[in-house]
Amino acid sequence: MSSATFRIWRGNADGGAFEDYTTEVSEGMVVLDAVHQIQAEKANDLAVRWNCKAGKCGSCSAEVNGNPKLMCMTRLNSLPLDQPVTIEPMQTFPLIRDLVTDVSWNYEVKKRIKQFAPRAPDAPDGSWRVEQYDVERVQEFRKCIECFLCQDVCHVLRDHRLHDKFIGPRYFVYTAALEMQVLDTADRVNDLANEHGVGYCNITKCCTKVCPEEITITDNAIIPLKERVVDEMYDPLTKMLRMFRG
Amino acid sequence: MEQVHRVQIVAPVRGWGQTTRPDAWWLQPLVVFLGLSTAIGYMTWAAFQGEFYHFGPYLSPLYSPELLGGSPHSLFGPQPAWWPGFLPFSPAFLILWAPAGFRVTCYYYRGAYYKAFWADPPSCSVGEPRSTFLGENSFPLIVQNIHRYFMYLALLFLVFLTYDVWNALWFENAATGVVSFGIGVGTLVLALNVVLLGSYCFGCHSLRHLVGGRHDRIAGLAVQRSCYDCVSGFNRRHMLYAWMSLAWVTFSDVYVRLCAMGIWTDFRLL
Repeated sequence: MSSATFRIWRGNADGGAFEDYTTEVSEGMVVLDAVHQIQAEKANDLAVRWNCKAGKCGSCSAEVNGNPKLMCMTRLNSLPLDQPVTIEPMQTFPLIRDLVTDVSWNYEVKKRIKQFAPRAPDAPDGSWRVEQYDVERVQEFRKCIECFLCQDVCHVLRDHRLHDKFIGPRYFVYTAALEMQVLDTADRVNDLANEHGVGYCNITKCCTKVCPEEITITDNAIIPLKERVVDEMYDPLTKMLRMFRG
Repeated sequence: MEQVHRVQIVAPVRGWGQTTRPDAWWLQPLVVFLGLSTAIGYMTWAAFQGEFYHFGPYLSPLYSPELLGGSPHSLFGPQPAWWPGFLPFSPAFLILWAPAGFRVTCYYYRGAYYKAFWADPPSCSVGEPRSTFLGENSFPLIVQNIHRYFMYLALLFLVFLTYDVWNALWFENAATGVVSFGIGVGTLVLALNVVLLGSYCFGCHSLRHLVGGRHDRIAGLAVQRSCYDCVSGFNRRHMLYAWMSLAWVTFSDVYVRLCAMGIWTDFRLL
């Protein structure tokens, strides 16, 4: 057994400060284990949101040593324990208390995106025929666990606070899953350009780097959506070709 | 359309360089800054030289295609007489804007130089120097949407560079004037340049979109599906090929230049 120091943010919307807690750590522990141990031994009132402890519920999102991470998936042996490990809440959302933030803005954003609008069924029994290749293309996007780490790290939200104009990487992934869905008939390209602010993304790929599900957010979702916007709004040649094709 | 739910964002925005990251977050943008600055600096210098850009069957890729110029590789003759005397002339001026435009508007490079040159952001979850942000949503950066047009030009340039490799296989005997097949180190340098530039161009995000990505249903389009898979394969290593091709195109010019200046001997392998 050895010990490590964890520098944890304590406070609420009115303010707060980092507090140091030293606790024993052992092989196989993750950051969330250490937080629970500190909660049990030294700080019973420490607020932390968690649920599955398996990287699938997306509840325990926080910033560990400044990097947005799921606490339950961050092993202590991946961190330098010779110095205090900083644990703080996500910076992009309003703080409720300690490590817990109010992520409800995300759910409101989701309501603004046009819902799935399937074409008429292919068969009389009301079913569709879809090829596996086309299903797999959007399947990656459906791995999202809505941990909102990508929203947290995106500097458009984090540093520029453009919450009113920009829906963030999570919802570009969501839009891509619908927009590239082979059965869907709705057109979201205009919304992407005008209301959802895809043009604000400057492709820093921070969202891709922090995604615990390893979704290739920038290359497979955001850039293809940007290209669809270019088709509609900035490429006269494509427009002309479409006119000729009818 | 439902009204946006406004939430009060209470955490203060962090200032320039502020972060709780203990790692060397500044290292990657610094390397990108130095790498791109070196390449831009060298290529600008090389473009202004206007000489030592060809040697035997070799033509520097920074000068290819040579539309107008004094070398045997020139497609349409020498420098035109009407070129204003007060303006410096180099065959590179006529063409270098196209590959430069392709790289400047490239999705990978955009993300890299916004961080390294504009600190927007300096690195992930590190505070920025400015509070205003327009992104690529309005002028000037909305112009980045022109990328696919530069991609068309880049593909055309690949054809010329491949033709240069073909030319680099035919050596003239200085004494007899007889042209014969051969392979020199320079031939391999120029050939590898085409391979790396091709790997970079064929992984272009715009190309990926145009060859198939724009369709929701790709499975039923056999040719487009194959093209999409192929471009996607290159696209997964787009960053790697972007850097390798940039370094090698710079080296290719250095190689031809050193040979032309008589500083380096081009060894014949065949």
